[in-house]
Amino acid sequence: MKTPIYGLMAEFESPTALVAAAHQVRARGYRKVEAYSPFAIEEVNEALGLHHNKLPLIVLCGGILGGLTGYLMQYYVAVIDFPLNIGGRPLHSWPSFIIITFELTILFAALSTVLGLFGLCGLPMPYHPVFNVSRFAFASRDRFFICIEANDPLFDRHDTAEFLHTLAPREVTEVAH
Amino acid sequence: MSDDRRTTTPVRPTGTQIIAPGHTFATVSDKISSIVLTRRTPLYWFIPFLIASGLVMVFLVAVAALLVRGVGLWGIKVPVMWGWAITNFVWWIGIGHAGTLISAILLLLRQSWRNSINRFAEAMTLFAVACAGMFPLLHLGRPWLFYWLFPYPNTMGVQPQFRSPLVWDVFAVSTYATVSALFWYVGLIPDLATLRDRTRYRAARIVYGILAMGWRGAASHWQKYETASLLLAGLATPLVLSVHTVVSFDFTVAIVPGWHSTIFPPYFVAGAIYSGFAMVLVLAIPLRAMYGLEDLITSRHLDNMAKVMLATGEIVAYSYFFEAFIAWYSGNQFEMFAIWNRMTGPYAPTYWCLIFCNLVFPQILWLKQIRTNVVWLFIVALDVLTGMWLERYVIVVVSLHRDYLPSSWGIFHPTIWDVATYVGTLGLFFFLFFLFIRSLPMISIFEVRTLLPQAEVVEGVEK
Repeated sequence: MKTPIYGLMAEFESPTALVAAAHQVRARGYRKVEAYSPFAIEEVNEALGLHHNKLPLIVLCGGILGGLTGYLMQYYVAVIDFPLNIGGRPLHSWPSFIIITFELTILFAALSTVLGLFGLCGLPMPYHPVFNVSRFAFASRDRFFICIEANDPLFDRHDTAEFLHTLAPREVTEVAH
Repeated sequence: MSDDRRTTTPVRPTGTQIIAPGHTFATVSDKISSIVLTRRTPLYWFIPFLIASGLVMVFLVAVAALLVRGVGLWGIKVPVMWGWAITNFVWWIGIGHAGTLISAILLLLRQSWRNSINRFAEAMTLFAVACAGMFPLLHLGRPWLFYWLFPYPNTMGVQPQFRSPLVWDVFAVSTYATVSALFWYVGLIPDLATLRDRTRYRAARIVYGILAMGWRGAASHWQKYETASLLLAGLATPLVLSVHTVVSFDFTVAIVPGWHSTIFPPYFVAGAIYSGFAMVLVLAIPLRAMYGLEDLITSRHLDNMAKVMLATGEIVAYSYFFEAFIAWYSGNQFEMFAIWNRMTGPYAPTYWCLIFCNLVFPQILWLKQIRTNVVWLFIVALDVLTGMWLERYVIVVVSLHRDYLPSSWGIFHPTIWDVATYVGTLGLFFFLFFLFIRSLPMISIFEVRTLLPQAEVVEGVEK
């Protein structure tokens, strides 16, 4: 018995070829599929059925938390912890709290955007099997790859490789674990 | 590997093209990454870098002297307590604004020409904010106690005054610096992955590999990445407008004649973008010539930036006019005197220099021949930077030196230490900038790839 592999990877030379291949892979019923490209291609998301994205929700929560933190911090300091009586003016002077509330909303939202992005993408990731393919270095330059993972129910080492060859790739490679 | 590499000659792109024709994904990747990875570091990198390093030494000496002797070393004295420190702070922070405008606002407006200038413009923002931050910190007198500006439980039993614009400023500027750094780093990740995959040196691969965090260009990652870029741009847009607004509150909330004015926030923001684009041009024009990047930063980019400068310059001109008009129309003798004193008082030459630099001379940008001529454009950009520095000087020093009470009037003279600190931050700025262009891609590689015609997915073949 051969050693198990991570998946099979096909290499393409243009974004158009990648999108066409992604459509066919998906139509064939494969679901554990990932495309790799040197820049974002919207049509690939469409082809691979990538619609779900939790990031905006994370950012919204971060922003609300930041706004609350900013306002409550100022309220606590100005009204409860360190009240200053300046000519009898109200302690809860909300118009002057707006700026810092706004700044902390932006700060928390921006931090949650970046941390949310890293979290959802699983970064930093020191090791990933796709880097075992030597030509994968070109995925950050000018080549486009599609990888069908071995844990896909329809995956068969031989049949899937043959199917990928029908998509007119430059090369089909096995991805070692 | 080099099968599809072609030699390209710099050509002005026509029509809707932004990048000169003849480029492929491979040529743009190799061309931009080779500046960092394979090309010999040129002499014209070392010479300015050495000069900038020398100026950093001047800065260190000036700061050390300031810490030993105190802020009295500068020319600040009653009534002009802000002097060059706050002038320089406002000038530097304004310069930073163009970077965020290019990276965030132009992204939201889908101005894709920005893709080849946003990276180094963002770097410029970071370094300009770093230089700006030096001045209020050093101006504190005891900079090591800067953390007293933040609310934290302390044995002194006191808390910051959240009704003060100076405290707002601390939060605005530190948020701005943090968000700019995040935006810049997130934008760098795919290019760091390119450098990691292109370098032949093990040490460089490890460093770029750690910084790229294992980015592999997966479609599911790109999808979230694009969302994150848009969200960060959407957050940075109101932020950048708020930062200079808050800086202007430092002035407008005070009752000094010449400061207490509602026109300041938009006027400061326009002026910030004006000087920021001038600094982008001052950096871009020599860079593209030195590294042969005329096919990526084309004359169309310079033309567009010159137009932004012209537009914001007109807003600034309008504000100058209205400042004078409102002073007259208010009928308030102190407001009228403040403007009259600017025009005819002891600092009149500064004011008229500023009018010439910011209002008169930049009008030559209306001519297309000037906007496409790099030498003239460079001269106009330097002129605008000078003019905007003078504007901040006039606002800070000239307004403070004569307020309500003639018995407390005075004249401000900068000392050699003022000059050394200012020139030192210029050195720090260029020192950081030259380190950046040597070690990181100064043009966003993955965003330039999307500008190529090959990046289009041909319709109809997907089915």
